Amino acid sequence: MNNSLVMSKTLRLESITCMRGGKTLFEDLSLEIQPGTILRIAGDNGSGKSSLLRILCGLLPVYSGQVFWGNDSIHYDRDEFNSELVYLGHIPALKADLTAIENLVHLALLGGFSISTADALRALDQAGLASQANRSIRTLSQGQKQRIALARLRLPNPKALWILDEPFNALDQQANQALQSLLIQHVERGGIVAISSHQSLAIDDGPQVMRLSL
Amino acid sequence: MSHSASTLSIFTGIIRHDLQLALRRKSDSLSALIFFAVVASLFPLGIGPETNRLMQIAPGMLWIAALLAAMLSLHKIFAEDFLDGSLDQVLLTKLPLSLAVLAKTIAHWISSGLLLALLSPILALQFNLPIESVGVLFLSLLLGTPLLSLIGSIGAGLTLASRGGGTLLSLIILPLVAPVLIFGAGAVEAYQAGLGFTAHFSLLGAMLAIALFLAPLATAASLRIALE
Repeated sequence: MNNSLVMSKTLRLESITCMRGGKTLFEDLSLEIQPGTILRIAGDNGSGKSSLLRILCGLLPVYSGQVFWGNDSIHYDRDEFNSELVYLGHIPALKADLTAIENLVHLALLGGFSISTADALRALDQAGLASQANRSIRTLSQGQKQRIALARLRLPNPKALWILDEPFNALDQQANQALQSLLIQHVERGGIVAISSHQSLAIDDGPQVMRLSL
Repeated sequence: MSHSASTLSIFTGIIRHDLQLALRRKSDSLSALIFFAVVASLFPLGIGPETNRLMQIAPGMLWIAALLAAMLSLHKIFAEDFLDGSLDQVLLTKLPLSLAVLAKTIAHWISSGLLLALLSPILALQFNLPIESVGVLFLSLLLGTPLLSLIGSIGAGLTLASRGGGTLLSLIILPLVAPVLIFGAGAVEAYQAGLGFTAHFSLLGAMLAIALFLAPLATAASLRIALE
């Protein structure tokens, strides 16, 4: 595990209103998320958890309001913001025809870092997936795919801001705990995590967790 | 050891990745090629085996067949990435979206248009085209097929989130690529008539230069709309 400190800025939401299909999901939402915080978003299906996460990484335009990374809007310097962000949507962005290693190497490159296959293998090994490293994604189970997608978080050069949409879905008990401790490690070294999840988690009552119900 | 990737290495990385995917699943590229060959072989059956008439219509016919074959895989430029969540990751690179789109379009052209252009001389020989005309046809396809991919990528972006995107895509794109067909097929016909093909090639080249600059911008805009 890479324990070097990450330099995170503050993530700030300023009176965000989100409309989807003519319906207001949430209104006038303001939040300030300091480095070292896990933002834990809870809510019913369709309450706007995924939309909020997509707004945080700038994939979804807001109806009104702004998201700031440090002092600037996230749209002010997209290249810089994107290079400090890792976003995992509710579908693991993996190519069924490629192996786990090939997927990780490509995703790391899209994230702005050229890594070797050895780096990718190390990340998979830490996630307990070394035996699946050279198998094509098509042959893996849902949970294994999710764990491979999450192995991106263990690549070298960790990003400051992790935005994870339902990362605990399809994970078994052991992988669930491993991910929770990974999230704790990340905020302890100064990063920010924003997750949505409808399960209750052991970290929920921790001092670093900031809860938001939509 | 890992190191920070330059814009250029991300650009070439996207092309390499998409080509690798095309190689893993050859059926997409192969079915376009087979479609091209089959359509080209249907024309003599419908029109009759008269050599002179076939020779006359061969350039335009081969161009139309190539155009339709290129349409087949067009919606796949973004559709699969959209479904498996990879498109979000492409949007979140530090590469400007229009460049990422250009990289994907280049990869699409290599795995479809370029292969069609390479196959065209073999099909053209079936129609008894003189070897020089075959050369002109090949070059016109080499200049014209990138245009099909570039213009097509705009439509692929626009129809991404719509149901029945494939048909809608063809309806949007076919009228827009008419000039490419006119000057591409026209080049061969002009050469056969002894008029020379320079003017046609210049126009195709000019259209390609403009499309290389504008199409990725338009596609990037259409993708952002589709992903909202």
